[in-house]
Amino acid sequence: MPDKPRLSREEIAARAAKELPDGSYVNLGWGIPNLIADYLPAGLTVFFHSENGILGMGRRARAGEEDYDLVDAMKVPVTLAPGASFFHQADAHLMSRGGHLDVAVLGGFQVSEKGDLANWKVPGARGSGGIGGAMDIAAGAKVLIVCMEHTTKDGAPKIVKTCTYPLTALACVDTIVTDLAVIDVRAEGLLLRETAPGWTKKEIQELTGAPLL
Amino acid sequence: MRQKLFPSVDAAVADVPDGARIMFGGFGGAGFPNNLIHALARTGTRNITAISNNCGTRDGELGLMFKNGLISHVIASFPGPHANYFQERFAAKEVTLELVPQGILCERMRAAAAGILGFYTTVGVGTEVAAGKEERVIDNQHCILESPIRADYAFIKAQRADELGNLTYRLAARNFNPIMAMAARTTIVEVEEIVPVGSIDPEHVVTPAIFVHRIVQAKGIRYAG
Repeated sequence: MPDKPRLSREEIAARAAKELPDGSYVNLGWGIPNLIADYLPAGLTVFFHSENGILGMGRRARAGEEDYDLVDAMKVPVTLAPGASFFHQADAHLMSRGGHLDVAVLGGFQVSEKGDLANWKVPGARGSGGIGGAMDIAAGAKVLIVCMEHTTKDGAPKIVKTCTYPLTALACVDTIVTDLAVIDVRAEGLLLRETAPGWTKKEIQELTGAPLL
Repeated sequence: MRQKLFPSVDAAVADVPDGARIMFGGFGGAGFPNNLIHALARTGTRNITAISNNCGTRDGELGLMFKNGLISHVIASFPGPHANYFQERFAAKEVTLELVPQGILCERMRAAAAGILGFYTTVGVGTEVAAGKEERVIDNQHCILESPIRADYAFIKAQRADELGNLTYRLAARNFNPIMAMAARTTIVEVEEIVPVGSIDPEHVVTPAIFVHRIVQAKGIRYAG
């Protein structure tokens, strides 16, 4: 594997932030996606949705500002943006499942060339595992972006022909933003739209488990 | 007229029998009926089926119920990284678990509340969740049949109740509580404040009194983080 710098988690988040349309309603999942709110391009207005019933979620609460009745999906105390609203959990998921949200951004363990996503369970992991809102959001998002590292810690591709991890949803991913590339999932295959600085298509292809267009 | 106000959390849960199916509101540390949970644990009622988003945070929320071995089956979406008492019982096969996608958990409870006997959804198609469920194609989309989730009781938390049981909630502590209130046969609410009938603006009521059967004022136990 070429020993070249890759994008950091923060840089992946900043790159994914550029995919969000101005004025859009957006759900951010656990992991790298949760960093996106801190890296919005200047002048871009986005309304953040939280599965526990918040639309118009603001930045994280600072020390002394915390109110534990006002938390995000990761239990972190947050604030509200002007124009925010509250609703119950069924309506929160109605928004994601019913195609009302413009974009959802989730983390991933694997994405297949058909856009299948595996992001909730590592095979053989101990304990019960947990689905949370991932399946609802993945199955229902109008546009689904996955942010993840391009390869596992051992260097194995996370973009694969067929997912071997337990699936979250079939054919749901539209765009993959990794530390090496931006890739669109198209009917004809995976389109390499952008490479990280200093990386060639050939090098990225070698670290990808499915053909790149 | 039937009196809904109860003098204590212990009185409000005193008749819950062994083997009851109970929904517990709350998400992310907010909106959990912690005082009712403590009261239920004091009764020692066993063999409970718990329907809840998660399975406790250490001793907090449902953690106490698992610590004391009072729950035998769980329907949940995300047991949680700090649900250590649940995980111990689950590993020892003392507790069984049905994992449900979070929004489908909501809709299955809402179906029970609404008298709907089933619905088709694309959520879970091609995943472990689809195992054993009827599949069909509607409008060229593969979907699976989901069934209602009913319960004998809902234990919920609201900020304010009037003496009839009209409820309002605070911030994101609303979460699952209004849905569970509608889905169970007997809904028990713990609130921070009980106010006279007429003092909640009808336009601000989130859960109408028809869904609430027992009201008890309780000082909130909180588990931050």
